[in-house]
Amino acid sequence: MNANLLPTGSAYFLTQQTQEPERHTLTVLVDNEPGVLARVVGLFSARGFNIDSLTVSETEHDKHRSRITVVTVAVPKIIAQIKLQLERLVPVHKVHDLTEEGNYIERELALVKVAGVGENRVEALRLADAFRAQVIDASTESFVFEVTGKSSKVEQFISLMAPIGLVEVVRTGLAAVTRGGEGM
Amino acid sequence: MAQQMTGAEMVVEALKDQGVEHIFGYPGGAVLPIYDAIFQQGKVRHILVRHEQGATHMAEGYARSTGKCGVVLVTSGPGATNAVTGLTDALLDSIPLVCITGQVPVPLIGSDAFQECDTVGITRSCTKHNYLVKSIEDLPRILHEAFHIATSGRPGPVVIDIPKDVQFAMGTYIKPQAEMSHPTYKPQREGDTEAIRVAVDLMLRAERPVFYTGGGIINSGPEASRNLRELAELTGFPVTSTLMGLGAYPASGGQWLGMLGMHGTYEANMAMHDCDLMICLGARFDDRITGRIDAFSPGSRKIHVDIDPSSINKNIVVDVPIVGDVNLVMEEMIRMWRARTNQPRTEAIAPWWKAIEKWRGVNSLGFTNSSSIIKPQHAIARLYEATKNRDVYITTEVGQHQMWAAQHFHFNEPNRWMTSGGLGTMGYGLPAAIGVQVAHPDALVIDIAGEASVQMTMQEMSTALQYELPVKIFILNNEYMGMVRQWQELLHGGRYSHSYSDALPDFVKLAEAYGGHGIRCADPGELDNAIDEMININKPVIFDCLVSKEENCLPMIPSGKPHNEMILPDTADIGSIIDEKGRVLV
Repeated sequence: MNANLLPTGSAYFLTQQTQEPERHTLTVLVDNEPGVLARVVGLFSARGFNIDSLTVSETEHDKHRSRITVVTVAVPKIIAQIKLQLERLVPVHKVHDLTEEGNYIERELALVKVAGVGENRVEALRLADAFRAQVIDASTESFVFEVTGKSSKVEQFISLMAPIGLVEVVRTGLAAVTRGGEGM
Repeated sequence: MAQQMTGAEMVVEALKDQGVEHIFGYPGGAVLPIYDAIFQQGKVRHILVRHEQGATHMAEGYARSTGKCGVVLVTSGPGATNAVTGLTDALLDSIPLVCITGQVPVPLIGSDAFQECDTVGITRSCTKHNYLVKSIEDLPRILHEAFHIATSGRPGPVVIDIPKDVQFAMGTYIKPQAEMSHPTYKPQREGDTEAIRVAVDLMLRAERPVFYTGGGIINSGPEASRNLRELAELTGFPVTSTLMGLGAYPASGGQWLGMLGMHGTYEANMAMHDCDLMICLGARFDDRITGRIDAFSPGSRKIHVDIDPSSINKNIVVDVPIVGDVNLVMEEMIRMWRARTNQPRTEAIAPWWKAIEKWRGVNSLGFTNSSSIIKPQHAIARLYEATKNRDVYITTEVGQHQMWAAQHFHFNEPNRWMTSGGLGTMGYGLPAAIGVQVAHPDALVIDIAGEASVQMTMQEMSTALQYELPVKIFILNNEYMGMVRQWQELLHGGRYSHSYSDALPDFVKLAEAYGGHGIRCADPGELDNAIDEMININKPVIFDCLVSKEENCLPMIPSGKPHNEMILPDTADIGSIIDEKGRVLV
């Protein structure tokens, strides 16, 4: 084939099937103008990308700038497309792929409502203590716990509460930031 | 600089400051203040359409033929929703449009008011960007920003939704800055020099190279077409183009392979498949071009120049991506090539040209002519012969006639070919032709049409008459939605479900009813005279050219097949070619 070229690196056969899906945490810095969230979310649905978690809030009020943390699962080729498509949106300043850049911390907060009496109440409090969850509301037959941590920890806490009397869960979605003194 | 005026006056003032001479629109309750401002000035000329979709396609034709931004003005609700097709069309073909829509007054937004719709919500995914202007203070900035975004980078449509109370409000108008800058939107124009150097290195070693060019070259301006010609001459490499890029390299040029892709020539597609170096300039590896992805040009290195970073590695993984304006990148390529050698690679690629000559010998655009019935390919060929020495602009609708026009009409200059490529919008051609004629009043503008497509926007004949725009509608009438019928023959056992054009109007009488001129021709012997008659009449003409009914548009890469498995014109039974996997593709 390529007579005097090196062996081809062109990846025709590296299509989606041969790549494994990866989970990536992206930070999207945007101007907080009306409809900006709809643009970001609409892009994901229109192009068939996944959203596993989404957290949005204005973080720099003076500049009207918001930070969107989005967790997505896709093969590397699609992850690259997601970033490029996001950067194409006019109000988007910058997209950071924290998973690729590495060295970052992520946290999620959940409010977990558990109902029960007798031994179940004691067990719930014992587990909450082990997970350093706070009791933020209590009645004679229920607790609401606030638990913070990596998604896996939150997940595990919820699954342990299930047999004890889990009523409902609210999760904030993931917040993530790089380690060290540098900002974005 | 600062001047007090109403929002409506600002719109017109901004249009003047942006150099807009023509706008295409339709009035309604929510844009009346803007229409009043238009009424009271003489600089911006308004073309009244008959349907808002027509306005968008006219603006597209205008933009595509001039390189300027097309401008559309429509009312709220149905005005805006009718514009959606044209906006999507402009997005997919990267046509710069600014579409101003009226909106109900701000306090009524969200109340399901009369003629209210969520215009920014509806158009978010079919525009490059859109705005809802809630305050008069924002209006001047947004108006200028919209033109900047529509025309720079990868061009596209921008919607500005202006509530009626904002149109009435008084505010301070600010003129556009000489150099627009935007805090977040910064398209990259200069290509990376190191990447261009690597690309030129590969070009200097290539033995089977091909330039695969696209609409980006047209969008980059006439200079890009000149640079492409120079680059081709300098290197000696063959050139093919997508549907959108026709005219950038002249069809009369010796290195021209014809269009590539699903209905491209055998030589262009074989060259794409067998090349060792593909230089993609302003094209986007669309599925009509690549055919089967995993068998696309398996032995080649690929260079991809595109101003939109998200186009790179989207469908096809490339070796040398270059983000930038294709014109500037080509300039740099020419400079580097000259610095290294001033010679084309004539000898090194001679065997490659030999192979191409062999493929050319297949004559993939050949067809069996007839003396009793007009073959559609023959009709296009005769139309080309009759008009080739004139200043001619061609638009098309979508379907078989469009592909035959691309194959058999030959373009030697950019901006002369207006067609709906990405979206494939039937009904594009007639309004687009009107837009072209507005921009080029003395040119010959022909819409090569099908009898089915043209009925989708036929009412724009009335616009053509009103503004004395002598567009020619050349209908290849085979009484079928020909491409649908062809695919039914390919995939569905020739069961022609709802693809017959029944109850057709008498197109000659229809032309006359509008005040135009009608011509019908069914005899190959009379075709040339009839075409001359059409050209020489200085008013809108509908030419009803009755052609053979079940002609297939060939050659063709069937869905699910690679470039080297084309259906050629001599294939007897096309119904047994596509396998089960290919059937689900479009």
